[in-house]
Amino acid sequence: MDKFDLIVVGGGPGGYVAALRAAQLGKNVAVVESTHLGGICLNWGCIPTKALLRASELNHQLHNLAEFGFSAEKVSFDIEKVVARSRAVSRQLSRGVAGLLKKAKVRVFDGRAKLAGRDGKAHVVAISKDGKETGRIAAPDVILATGARARHFPGLEPDGDLVWTYREAMVPKALPKRLLVIGSGAIGVEFASFYRNMGAEVTIAEVADRIMIAEDAEISGLAQKAFEKQGIKVLTGAKVGPLDRKDGTVSTRITTASGTTDLVVDKVILAVGIVGNVEDLGLEQTKVQIDRTHIVVDSFCRTDEPGLWAIGDVAGAPWLAHKASHEGVICVEKIAGLDPEPLHPLNIPGCTYSRPQVASVGLTEEKAKATGRKLRIGRFPFLANGKALAMGEPDGLTKTIFDAETGELLGAHMIGAEVTEMIQGYVIARTSELTEAELKETVFPHPTISETMHESVLAAWGGALHF
Amino acid sequence: MATNILMPALSPTMTEGTLSRWLKKEGDTVRSGDLIAEIETDKATMEVEAVDEGILGRIVVPEGSEGVKVNAPIAILVDEGEDVPDAVEAAPAKKAEPAPQTAARNASDQDASNRIAPARTASSQTASGQTASPSQAAPAGKRVFASPLARRIASQKGIDLATLEGTGPNGRILRRDVENAKPVAPEAAPAPRGAPVPGAAPAEARRVPNSSMRKVIARRLSESKQNVPHFYVSVDIELDALLALRSRLNAASPGEGDGQFKISVNDMMIKAVALALRDCPGLNVQYTEAETLHFPEIDISMAVSIPDGLITPIIRQADRKSLREISAEARDLARRARDGKLKPEEFQGGTFSISNMGMFGVREFSAIINPPQAGILAIAAGEKRAVVRGDQLAIATVMTATLSVDHRAVDGALGAKWLNALRDIVQNPYSLVI
Repeated sequence: MDKFDLIVVGGGPGGYVAALRAAQLGKNVAVVESTHLGGICLNWGCIPTKALLRASELNHQLHNLAEFGFSAEKVSFDIEKVVARSRAVSRQLSRGVAGLLKKAKVRVFDGRAKLAGRDGKAHVVAISKDGKETGRIAAPDVILATGARARHFPGLEPDGDLVWTYREAMVPKALPKRLLVIGSGAIGVEFASFYRNMGAEVTIAEVADRIMIAEDAEISGLAQKAFEKQGIKVLTGAKVGPLDRKDGTVSTRITTASGTTDLVVDKVILAVGIVGNVEDLGLEQTKVQIDRTHIVVDSFCRTDEPGLWAIGDVAGAPWLAHKASHEGVICVEKIAGLDPEPLHPLNIPGCTYSRPQVASVGLTEEKAKATGRKLRIGRFPFLANGKALAMGEPDGLTKTIFDAETGELLGAHMIGAEVTEMIQGYVIARTSELTEAELKETVFPHPTISETMHESVLAAWGGALHF
Repeated sequence: MATNILMPALSPTMTEGTLSRWLKKEGDTVRSGDLIAEIETDKATMEVEAVDEGILGRIVVPEGSEGVKVNAPIAILVDEGEDVPDAVEAAPAKKAEPAPQTAARNASDQDASNRIAPARTASSQTASGQTASPSQAAPAGKRVFASPLARRIASQKGIDLATLEGTGPNGRILRRDVENAKPVAPEAAPAPRGAPVPGAAPAEARRVPNSSMRKVIARRLSESKQNVPHFYVSVDIELDALLALRSRLNAASPGEGDGQFKISVNDMMIKAVALALRDCPGLNVQYTEAETLHFPEIDISMAVSIPDGLITPIIRQADRKSLREISAEARDLARRARDGKLKPEEFQGGTFSISNMGMFGVREFSAIINPPQAGILAIAAGEKRAVVRGDQLAIATVMTATLSVDHRAVDGALGAKWLNALRDIVQNPYSLVI
């Protein structure tokens, strides 16, 4: 039985980053990955969807060239080639991860891992492939980074043909004409945006009273308006009835406060949350606590079982790759006896790559108000920003929320072009505990859309210059 | 080449001070040894002397600035014709020197971090170990790393960042460190006197920011009361013989001219205490964790009340000085203490203290030990009291003196023995003049 300093179960953005960091710190590390290095993020999530969304933006632009003085005829695309490019990007990156791990001398085991008791103080991990045990390895510390998968609802079970999860939605063989997206979190909204910009008729059904419930209400209202302007039908407070699958279509009745809508679509995408991959890991014989499919951990990713750690989606919200990677680093540094700073949930940015993009960090206005603090709120519309106008992207808003007493940036919320690339400025501000004074003093380059970040701060503190 | 003139530390405990006055203007030529500024600390005002020559290119810290951190650049010195650099950081540092420290200056050139040494530190051969007084622990001029938010909240709450331990990257002070700290200023002012007027807003207490001296007094005396186990011994001492001697001595003073003197009771008590310490040296000590230091010299700190506080200038080797010398010295020190002109070595490093409140007519009081010393004598007013002599009532001028002692270094019997020695000296005062 091979012995390691650390075994990482799962090679996604949490696991492989944890392995790389541990190798940097001189640890002898093993990664056990059942399917593909890079995990969902790289193979079936963040990255391939960005490739698809880029293609759909191009399609949108090719159909809206007149504004720029162009004309194009017979614009068409081949969905198979669009998907093929997305897959190629994923493959390239997955190979890149394999290369990084190899260079770091991390041993990668192909198979499923299951805890199999202890050998002295070390945890034993049994590896199996196609149901057959292929080997056992041991290490004093094991990080569980097994990720999560799409959540299923009774009556709304996916079938891979008419009712999809993200997995099928990412590799369509043909473009559905009519599409229902159930759920309006980042995943649902991104697919809705992709298919709409590729030309499908799209309906979003959201059970909550507004879409993108994690975002600031003002921003989610603007997003809904933008989607509706693009022709997406948005139903909020919506209860989706049974999915009736017949003759290659799906019929359902959706009930909202304003009545019922009978809908016939070619495909349904389920995007109603995720569940943690906690099964078949041998956790039953450990002290690990599980709460609603997620492993319970402390602020350094420790489970209740000594030597067992959990990071990323399986360890709870927010279900974001960058959160998983950062936890991987913190967790490994803790194991190595360093003194890492725990992860602060309010400093983790969230990004949605729909058209328009949405990005945020910290508290929403509603939650900021609930703290009882006196607030200063600034808003700056893209319409007043030179670069946004020049780009043909006049729809957008940068909103900042400050504590009026201390000048702390409580939250920042952005919607519009390129905001996912800009939010990090506010994340740095929060992480470094900057106040409005430093943000006001910062010289933002002109002309950029990032100037809206400056102006929004000025607006919160007595007056934007250009609005 | 442009150099920074840095805020000097006038004493080892000094971390910040007030730049009270510039004696040179921007553009003035500065020669080595010129006095360039006046700096006020918790205890004294001192003049700062230039080390290098050049032109005073820029005054960075305007006069009247309070809380200037030690080693912060206060001005930029440039060569003739040289441009003044914009950034203070760009200029290499040259420390300014407090003027009266000529003796210590050569040493400081070799060791910039220890450039100002009070006399007792410099003459460490007199009592090795004494320099390790707890009051000297704080490193002067330490740069404080704190997030902007932490700085803002600290200033809003009145918390001194220098007192906090940062938990952020590389010890950076973060918001949580400030929020976990207890505010220095009480949240609520004490209730105003008098019955509250119904419907009227309660009268605001007047808020007076603590001077740096108040803060030092607060810190040192709190440390003393918290860390030093005090015990107290009192004795009544008859003063008639001493007063009679004093009258005869003062009568011998020439009416005018240099030789004129006027011995006070306080002067005589300084000498008496010094002699009692010579007779009974067990109180002329300092307790440290590992050992107790016995000082061969008897240096008496006398508490002098000054505006908004007090200071303890030192009569060194008081046991070997004449009453006339002590009197002249005490008068001079007290005057300069009130003017804020004492040099650090004049108030740092005594071995025993006297606090005399006789002039206020108090019957008795006990004093807080002035660390790292082991004892202080509280002297109350002399007053006519009935005393019993043999079986007869008589009238005598009696003073109650209360000794406070560090019980870690001195036990009760020794304290009592010392007080008896003092009483014998005061009641038979000829030893004061022999």
